[in-house]
Amino acid sequence: MGRAKIPRKSTAIDMTAMCDVAFLLLSFFILATKQKPPEAVTVIAPTSVSSKAAPEKSFLITLTKEGKCFLIIGEETKKKAIINDLNTTRALGLNDAELKKLSNLPFIGVPLANLKGMLSSNQVIPPDKMPGIPIVDSANNELVDWIRSITNVYAAEGSKQSEMEDKIVIKGDNLAKYPAFKNIKYALKKNSIFKFKIATNSETVPKDSELYLFNKEGGNKPQ
Amino acid sequence: MAEMDTSSGGGHHKKGPGVKKPKKLSTRVDLTPMVDLGFLLITFFVFTTTMSKPTAMNMNEPKDDPDNQLKVKNSGAMTILLGKGDQVYYYMGELTPENMSQQFKSTNFKDIRQVILDKKKATPIGDLMYIIKSDKEATFKNAIDILDEMSINTVPPGHYAEVDMSDTESELIRLTEQANGIK
Repeated sequence: MGRAKIPRKSTAIDMTAMCDVAFLLLSFFILATKQKPPEAVTVIAPTSVSSKAAPEKSFLITLTKEGKCFLIIGEETKKKAIINDLNTTRALGLNDAELKKLSNLPFIGVPLANLKGMLSSNQVIPPDKMPGIPIVDSANNELVDWIRSITNVYAAEGSKQSEMEDKIVIKGDNLAKYPAFKNIKYALKKNSIFKFKIATNSETVPKDSELYLFNKEGGNKPQ
Repeated sequence: MAEMDTSSGGGHHKKGPGVKKPKKLSTRVDLTPMVDLGFLLITFFVFTTTMSKPTAMNMNEPKDDPDNQLKVKNSGAMTILLGKGDQVYYYMGELTPENMSQQFKSTNFKDIRQVILDKKKATPIGDLMYIIKSDKEATFKNAIDILDEMSINTVPPGHYAEVDMSDTESELIRLTEQANGIK
């Protein structure tokens, strides 16, 4: 008795569908990933339990571990007005071409006195070689001037103060010394800005701490 | 899968009535390597993308108003001093030359949480005030960590403030650092 012959089927599967899925996912991930905003220098921010997202278009004051201060004006629409304002208030004497060049720079990290020289030369200084905005003490604190120009622009537009305060973010390195941070705070206070934000990396709330229990009960976060 | 056609060699032509028509080549391509590549790229992108979402902490600074100084009760005040090498010092109430040696205590960031919590439980909320002072050798991380500690212990805003350090306090920290051998 002969056994029934089982027809041999091919093991090859149509891969077209799987290929489609793979590339669809790939394109999704590439398009959904947001690019990191430009950073003047790498800074390792401290952690906090705060869960609020940082504002996107911000006036980011970066403080490196050497104590150098950089300013990134993330609000592109106001950048030009702020630079123009500073040019008049501090009599920097920049011409149109230099103003344009300055507004195209991703961040500001030189003293006002060096600004014209840097813009007229074609040399590109790497960020880590830049001296930073001077924030030595209350007498020599050029961040005060930058912040003043920002407030002036907002005031001229008739925007609310709180609208601007929401966008001021300080991002400091873990190892930056406290006096540098104090000088940045001075620059803000000098311009009557008493509320601002500190960029941090999120960390989990320690278990069984007061806040942990508070959140567990479903309370809204204080602050 | 596409198979390689090896049966019909186009080399020798047969003549005559039994001429075979050239076999049509399959247009199907083997997509397996392409799928492999696709998934490899997906895994690469998924792993290299950091999911870190920057967060921000709100900060409220008091207005510098010399006429409107906040009065703090000695019984409800706790002063936290931040020093070199992630060290934390604290004392309750007021520091006087007599009680200096017992009152002034040194601790670290791990243990300060319990101290803050004990103080909070022992004091009526209306009198509670934490005064935070940072030494010039303290780091930015220390300043943020202690503020974070306040929110971890749900100290309501307005019950803690950052104040400049006095000379006696910085001198005391310096002496303690020397005694404890902190560089």
